[in-house]
Amino acid sequence: MGNVIGIGAAPKRKEDQRFLTGRGNYVSDIKRPGMAAGVFVRSPHGHAVLRGIDKSAALASPGVIAVLTGDDVADDGLGSLPCGWGITDAKGVPMKEPPFPMLAQDKVRFVGDMVAFVIAETPEQANAAADLLKVDYEVLPSVVGVLEAVRPDAPQLFDDVPNNICCNWELGDKAAVETAFKKAAHVAKLSLVNNRLIGNPMEPRAAIAEYEPGTDRYTLWTTSQFPHVVRFLMGALVLNIPQHKLRVVAPDVGGGFGVKQFHYGEEAVITWAAKRVRRPVKWVASRSEGYVSDRHGRDHVTEAELALDETGKFLAFRVNTLANMGGYLSTFGPNIPTNLYGPLLGGVYTTPAIYCNVKVVFTNTVPVDAYRGAGRPEATFVLERIVDVAASEMGIDRVEIRRRNMIPKEAYPYQTPVLVQYDSGDPMGCLDGALVAADVKKFGVRKAASASKGKFRGLGYSTYVEACGLAPSRFAGRLGARGGLYESATVRVHPTGQVTVMIGTHNHGQGHETTFAQIVSDKLGVAFENVDIVFGDTDRVQFGMGTYGSRSLVVGGAALSKATDKVIVKGKKIAAHLLEASEADIQFEAGKFSVAGTDRIKTFEEIAGAAYVPHNYPLEVLEPGLEEQAYYDPVNFTYPGGCHIAEVEVDPETGTVTLVNYTAVDDVGTVINPMIVEGQLHGGIVQGVGQALFENAVYDEGSGQLLSGSLMDYCMPRADHLPMMNVATHSTLCTHTPMGVKGCGEVGTIGSPAAVINAVVDALSHLGVTHVDMPATPNRIWRLLQNASLPVAAE
Amino acid sequence: MKPFAYHQPDQIPDAAKLLTSIEDSKLVAGGMTLIPTLKQRLASPSALVDLSKLGNLKGITDDGATITIGAMTPHAVVAASKLVQTKIPGLAALASMIGDPAVRSRGTIGGSVANNDPAADYPAGVLGLGATVITSKREIAADEFFLGLFETALDPSEIVTAIRFPVPVKAGYAKFKAPASRYALVGVFVAKFADGVRVAVTGAGPGVFRVPPMEAALSGNFDPSAIAAIKIDTDGLTSDIHAEADYRAHLVTVMAKRAVEAALS
Repeated sequence: MGNVIGIGAAPKRKEDQRFLTGRGNYVSDIKRPGMAAGVFVRSPHGHAVLRGIDKSAALASPGVIAVLTGDDVADDGLGSLPCGWGITDAKGVPMKEPPFPMLAQDKVRFVGDMVAFVIAETPEQANAAADLLKVDYEVLPSVVGVLEAVRPDAPQLFDDVPNNICCNWELGDKAAVETAFKKAAHVAKLSLVNNRLIGNPMEPRAAIAEYEPGTDRYTLWTTSQFPHVVRFLMGALVLNIPQHKLRVVAPDVGGGFGVKQFHYGEEAVITWAAKRVRRPVKWVASRSEGYVSDRHGRDHVTEAELALDETGKFLAFRVNTLANMGGYLSTFGPNIPTNLYGPLLGGVYTTPAIYCNVKVVFTNTVPVDAYRGAGRPEATFVLERIVDVAASEMGIDRVEIRRRNMIPKEAYPYQTPVLVQYDSGDPMGCLDGALVAADVKKFGVRKAASASKGKFRGLGYSTYVEACGLAPSRFAGRLGARGGLYESATVRVHPTGQVTVMIGTHNHGQGHETTFAQIVSDKLGVAFENVDIVFGDTDRVQFGMGTYGSRSLVVGGAALSKATDKVIVKGKKIAAHLLEASEADIQFEAGKFSVAGTDRIKTFEEIAGAAYVPHNYPLEVLEPGLEEQAYYDPVNFTYPGGCHIAEVEVDPETGTVTLVNYTAVDDVGTVINPMIVEGQLHGGIVQGVGQALFENAVYDEGSGQLLSGSLMDYCMPRADHLPMMNVATHSTLCTHTPMGVKGCGEVGTIGSPAAVINAVVDALSHLGVTHVDMPATPNRIWRLLQNASLPVAAE
Repeated sequence: MKPFAYHQPDQIPDAAKLLTSIEDSKLVAGGMTLIPTLKQRLASPSALVDLSKLGNLKGITDDGATITIGAMTPHAVVAASKLVQTKIPGLAALASMIGDPAVRSRGTIGGSVANNDPAADYPAGVLGLGATVITSKREIAADEFFLGLFETALDPSEIVTAIRFPVPVKAGYAKFKAPASRYALVGVFVAKFADGVRVAVTGAGPGVFRVPPMEAALSGNFDPSAIAAIKIDTDGLTSDIHAEADYRAHLVTVMAKRAVEAALS
């Protein structure tokens, strides 16, 4: 018998044994009898009329089984790829929602848009045949940037979407903001770009589909963060397959970061194709293919203004953003730069009036959707940057201006002017902790040491809050969600007392198999090793919305906690019967049911045994078996946050920015496994640092070609780019989640870009630099220094 | 990857014959450029002629005033060679900065020089040291060997067998790595000989090139200060999403100074 490993312990991750010994089971590891290979033919043009496709040479190529195009999709009457959110403008007019065919029809709208699916006996034969497909394109000018796309003379992606604007979205009290600006002693202004990112999970996307004529059932194995949602969207809305005839399996998945939380056209095409050819079909994306088809993230252009009184108190905040949607609306696309952005513009401050306008814009680029943080890093970046700008312009210390405006701990729950109500938090406590941990007092000494080597050193702060635990369904429904956002869990206690949990979230690197097992081990007193977590299979797991938005522990863990409580309640009834006591007198602790005040006990295993061998059992009032299920719909978002402090050194000769120190003190609520939380914070911070210093998806205006379409040109952060990080938690408990948890998957990515860029600006502020756009590449810094007001001391 | 024939000859003349007799055949040394190109289906040679079984193409020999490195010698071997570290430490340092450990273990000096990638490191070392490229047919001076973007003086059936480096008084290499690829955004090799200084630049333009004004200045005074004020003309330099031409020009001066510092240290 192993040990209970409960909440707060840090066991090594259960799942790592199989990952580290090569025994993981990823989609591309799966082989099915008679499996054929599929490849997608993708548009090489950013924007073109699709005049015709000649399949003949491809069909005649050796080994080819089928070539499917948009015409075949239309002939079969299949649906458009659905968007899961419908937003409206201030007048309630719905967003423009043009169809997103799973294979292009009439037109292609980005490089990578799918034109055909070629199926052959082997991948080599499919690739060879794909080369022979003759696609007749009438190439049109592409528009890739949002500023360019909304110009009157810009190329139009859709005939019925004037100026390429999908929706002109608003939030907040515009009039109140205007009044406050009139009274302001100072107005800080900032124009910025939030750079486009590409998620780059380690495992490229892949799918296998199979149709079984005997049962009329389909199975889709896919690299997905939410198999049940894929089953619903694809089955009900695209392919017209009844839910009970469709199984979607997302086995081990090698990283998601949001990229795998959408229903992709590839999934629909391959499932449809498997029935047409009566063969299992497999597709595995190459890394290059991922660059032009995985949904991208971020890509905003923003003008922000902050109104302050003479003491530096924020009076009002106004933000106007153009957000890039790419060529079509992806599953969550329009929700990200609106509902997950505007409501976060209050930050940790008491700003009484906020107004936000977001124009959601189509361009000839890969569709943009959620990427780790999703909307909230963008909001935090705007706010935390402009706070620094205001402090600098008003001559107020950057920490002091934050303190003057921070929501005090006692003021929680705190209602912001932008919809959300923070339940708990202590931003001042996080700030104080971070100031000490980062040894800010001695920063001057370190800066002088850098200066003696000809380097400029800077310190940057980001005090931030985010909304996660997506999401309260009723609230989300009011904002335009077309589905629920609850989670479900089933706790199945076996006759011998071991436990299998079926949960609707999906583990693809987060350590759920460990964290969730700890929760069960803690609550039921069952050995950690006697708990298995099952996820990612619609035939095995009752239902679920999947993993994204830092929701797995917050929403899924809550469902698991509730289901576990139900097991205890039933166990007490059984124990009361066996111990011949009143149910009210039964206590459950450390895996034992006992009669209060006596030494009469029944172990958890004995109760489980009795439930499945009900010879001595209250069958008149209680069903046999010990298995409970719970659905949990959160009453509010959770609001993790904290303070990040970045310290950089800039080499003025080359423009190179080196991150030399990084400190994060985050409030993530109750910590189940501190090792896993630390890992999540590290990973999140690295992705934020990647955005701040390295990563940039660059398109060529006019041709729509992706210029940063490989790891040779798209710079991912690497170990030698990063210092050892100083990460700690300063937790207040969430008041409405069962365990007080807040979520930690995205905090690192949300807090860090602003901290890093604020540090870079601080390092260069003596030269008159007031803003640096991301990524702060050596070339960009050198250019700023060339244009700066003081000559650069190169020696 | 598309299908191709594979040959692994053990004699240089056999390799040369295969190369000329099979249309669209290609030599493969370490394969660090060619294999990714095949995998991306950007090239589809009919046959690969693998040089790994040819005798005497691996290893480093001390000839006194020169050292000779066999064409199939991997970068990691050059970087770790006590001989190179002692006689031309700048060259060992250059080899240690190429790619990552996997690339350094597979990639070869001959492959790098014959490929002449405009951002590769070895061309700067070969040109900066005024080395001699030894082939299956002849010897070619570095100044005559590199002809621009992926172009060399090699004829279609010629195989690089070794590179012979004169031992300088001092030499150093400084590289500003492209953040993503870790190729040279700008790399400068500086070598001081009894009769003068050579400065070779990689990464900045379509091919490796020398900088005569810096060579003249350093020949008079082998110190970073001698070239601090020398500006490089941006004409013909590369401009791309990673670096604009004027930034590359600036980096040439900075890296040249750092290469001199490295040589002096």
